[in-house]
Amino acid sequence: MLAIKVESLKKNFGERKVISSLNLEIRQGESVAITGPNGSGKTTLLKLLLALLRPSSGKVTYFDNDRVLSREELRHRISFVAPYLSLYDQLSAEENLQFFTAVRGRNITGKEIDSLLLRVGLEGRGMDLVSDYSTGMKQRLKYAVALSNKPDFLLIDEPSSGLDDSGKAMMTALIEEQRSGSIIIIATNEKEEYSLASQQCRLDQ
Amino acid sequence: MRKKSIALPASNAGLTNKVLAVYVKDLRLELRSRYGLNAIFMFGISSLTVISFSLGQAALSTKVLSALYWIVVLFSAMSAMAQVFVREEESGTAMALRLTTEPNAVYLGKLFFNLSLLVILVSVITPLFFIFTDAPVEGIVNFLLVMILGVLDLCAATTLIAAIIARASVKGALFAVLSFPILLPVLIVLVAATDKVWAGSSLAEVSKLLQFLLAYVVIMVTASLMLFKFVWED
Repeated sequence: MLAIKVESLKKNFGERKVISSLNLEIRQGESVAITGPNGSGKTTLLKLLLALLRPSSGKVTYFDNDRVLSREELRHRISFVAPYLSLYDQLSAEENLQFFTAVRGRNITGKEIDSLLLRVGLEGRGMDLVSDYSTGMKQRLKYAVALSNKPDFLLIDEPSSGLDDSGKAMMTALIEEQRSGSIIIIATNEKEEYSLASQQCRLDQ
Repeated sequence: MRKKSIALPASNAGLTNKVLAVYVKDLRLELRSRYGLNAIFMFGISSLTVISFSLGQAALSTKVLSALYWIVVLFSAMSAMAQVFVREEESGTAMALRLTTEPNAVYLGKLFFNLSLLVILVSVITPLFFIFTDAPVEGIVNFLLVMILGVLDLCAATTLIAAIIARASVKGALFAVLSFPILLPVLIVLVAATDKVWAGSSLAEVSKLLQFLLAYVVIMVTASLMLFKFVWED
């Protein structure tokens, strides 16, 4: 069953064409690795898929059992992890998790928070301010925030950015686990991460 | 550094709970950084001190006093209220906020946060203004009514302007340029209404001005709720 349909998607920044007429169909249970050299438009494509950027032409449609999802519905079902996506430094990890679930209209229990922090290897550090975290710990927390939404669509830019070996192992296990219930789209240059997805979409400059 | 965690409100998909979550988050960040509070108090108290020293014991008309009062409130408030969206953009958290919640929850949460800042500001500035100047305390109830409407007006107008300028490169200049035409009518009416109540006019005598102030806040909040989506998402 069709889950995401990208039709004739184009994105120009001034005169520069970044995405030229991209068509893509992603079905339930599939996962896609967007690959390509630096500057090929991987991050731009992710931002277009997230509606953070407006396409120059073309469109992206999300489906749930053939029903088109509205932007508001999508907000409750999509999560994003990226090195440039910031959390609130002056809040603790627990407070960030509470906030990002509350603004999505959900409630999160202390037990769920503990379980999420344990899942990403941040157990015992939930009360620390995010400003005290290392880059890798912040990236782990972003995975926890993404998972707290129980997403149907999980988009990840540079999945292993900032992570150490144990962080990479955590990320790999987490993506493999999520593949059974979510559609996963990753943008990466790391060849070993291509295998995290069932399909590849290569962008060329 | 460990901070005591305060539970955020449990939410059941309602806009109210999302607004409350944004408001509590902003309040918590402000209490930890005190960026906005420090800015408004520093500006407010220093401008009051300058007024106090330069005027000495000179007797001023209520018109001049009311203009001075609203200038102090306006410029003290501007220093912090413009930052409410700028901080989200500069710290990179605006993207996460855009992805997770609806625009109106963000707007209303920020509006209530700005309102809290302004209420704190006038609660401190107003008594000091009465102490440092010879503003009349008679008709204080009428003045409080004008002040409450003025606070609501300034807050409604500046919150939307703050959202518009947040992604611009010359924020300060743009804020001033956009604020001038939007705030000028309300400031003129605020100064006129304050002048009248300090000069001893009754509520009935200033009712037209109060109606304007009330209509302004209703129009600004309604227009902001309709426009904010485009400002925030595009």
